[in-house]
Amino acid sequence: MKEELFVSGRNIPNIDPHLNIWHWQIPLYLFLGGLAAGLIFFAGLYTILNKEKEFPTAVKLASFIAPPALVIGLFMLFLDLKHKMYFWQLYTTFRIESPMSWGAWTLMAITPLSFIWSASYLKEVVPGWDWKNKWLDRFEAWVIGHRKQLAWIQVVLAVILGVYTGILLSAFNARPLWNTSILGFLFLTSGLSTGAATIMWMSKNHTERKVFGRIDFLLIVIELFFITHMLMGFQASTEVQIQAASLFLGGDFTVSFWVFVIVLGLVFPGVLEVLEIRGYRIPVAIPALCILIGGLIFRFIMVEAGQVTRYLY
Amino acid sequence: MRYAMAIDTKKCVGCSDCVVACQTENNVPIGYCRDWVVESVAGTYPLVELEIRSERCNHCDNAPCVRCCPTGASHIVEGGVVMVTPNKCIGCGACIQSCPYDARYSHPDGYVDKCTFCYHRLVKGGRPACVEVCPTRCMYFGDLDQPQSEVSQILARRKWKVLAPEAGTRPQVYFLV
Repeated sequence: MKEELFVSGRNIPNIDPHLNIWHWQIPLYLFLGGLAAGLIFFAGLYTILNKEKEFPTAVKLASFIAPPALVIGLFMLFLDLKHKMYFWQLYTTFRIESPMSWGAWTLMAITPLSFIWSASYLKEVVPGWDWKNKWLDRFEAWVIGHRKQLAWIQVVLAVILGVYTGILLSAFNARPLWNTSILGFLFLTSGLSTGAATIMWMSKNHTERKVFGRIDFLLIVIELFFITHMLMGFQASTEVQIQAASLFLGGDFTVSFWVFVIVLGLVFPGVLEVLEIRGYRIPVAIPALCILIGGLIFRFIMVEAGQVTRYLY
Repeated sequence: MRYAMAIDTKKCVGCSDCVVACQTENNVPIGYCRDWVVESVAGTYPLVELEIRSERCNHCDNAPCVRCCPTGASHIVEGGVVMVTPNKCIGCGACIQSCPYDARYSHPDGYVDKCTFCYHRLVKGGRPACVEVCPTRCMYFGDLDQPQSEVSQILARRKWKVLAPEAGTRPQVYFLV
């Protein structure tokens, strides 16, 4: 038996009894960032593949969700800062070892790009749209002429953004639950999956819906594979990580993790998508909504549970 | 130069003088502290062992808080002391997440605050306030690069440990056991 007590009466706000320095804003941002990364990735991908006609929702309509998602996400990040008036210090330097610095600069690049991308499709989506400005008209023409190049930049930035939402957490070895290199790709997969689900939900085109249903099913399988490996990795690691995994395997977060993330957010929509592929008629909103809610809850659980875990000495 | 601290867990009585001295010296806001005292009891009666540790920022050689800081507000100054520049800190909390010792906190004014080894005293040739006031003289401070320093001498003579060496931070606060 070992008991440790702070005899000097330490009770610092948000640090004791366990860390609670990141609140609801961070997981919400991680979700919105992942969703935007997914949407931007698929818009870029199908442009590069010359399939704008077959996948109009992915390339055009759904891309309109990305800019507001990024702006709300950025605002959430701003809300979480405790020394807000100094936020501009992020953009006075680039720190190669700091994931947050990477994220700040990636968002700085991808947010205006996503606005430009959507704006260039405004005329196609909103009939009768007129910029009423010859400079904007010229700029639009230039963007339309360079969509391929833009798409490449978007795809690369989207992957960085998606991976970053996970690496932001995994870079902290002081929080054993986060400290796994699989987290970056797990969050990227989850982000792509929420993006695919949104496209699937918005699409009115039967083939596009079917393709995105299949993509989403594949992403769900990969995600389940990553989650299994994450837990296996923890179990085969040091005591602090075994304890971290135990939060999901009998500990405080067991029910929320298995019921909301695994069953409701992954297995159930996965089964529905298989049934859809087999020819059953399933309202597309059900699996899409499950994936989105599951992805959101997954990030809340990871951020909250991670802060409970720590080193023991 | 490499500043380090050694604390004798056999001499420490857990009086918390170091904590109060630090709060006074550094004008630490009420309800917060840059150092604290842990009483660790291991075993079951009658076979129990007690260890008392005065803990603080470990001023790590491989400081994760400095690595993850997006603005460079967390930095290392001469002598290996980890410092925070309040006017560069955005209060994102990354350094707080990254510290295995939970040695950092968010100051009510917004920036992140922590132990500085009383750097303002060091530059004048002094020692940290906590070391200065310790009534049992269980704390040693000095330059590890000088073999004659108080801290080098005691670490050469005694058995010691550091906290969570497996975290890979290479902490520079030593506990004599």
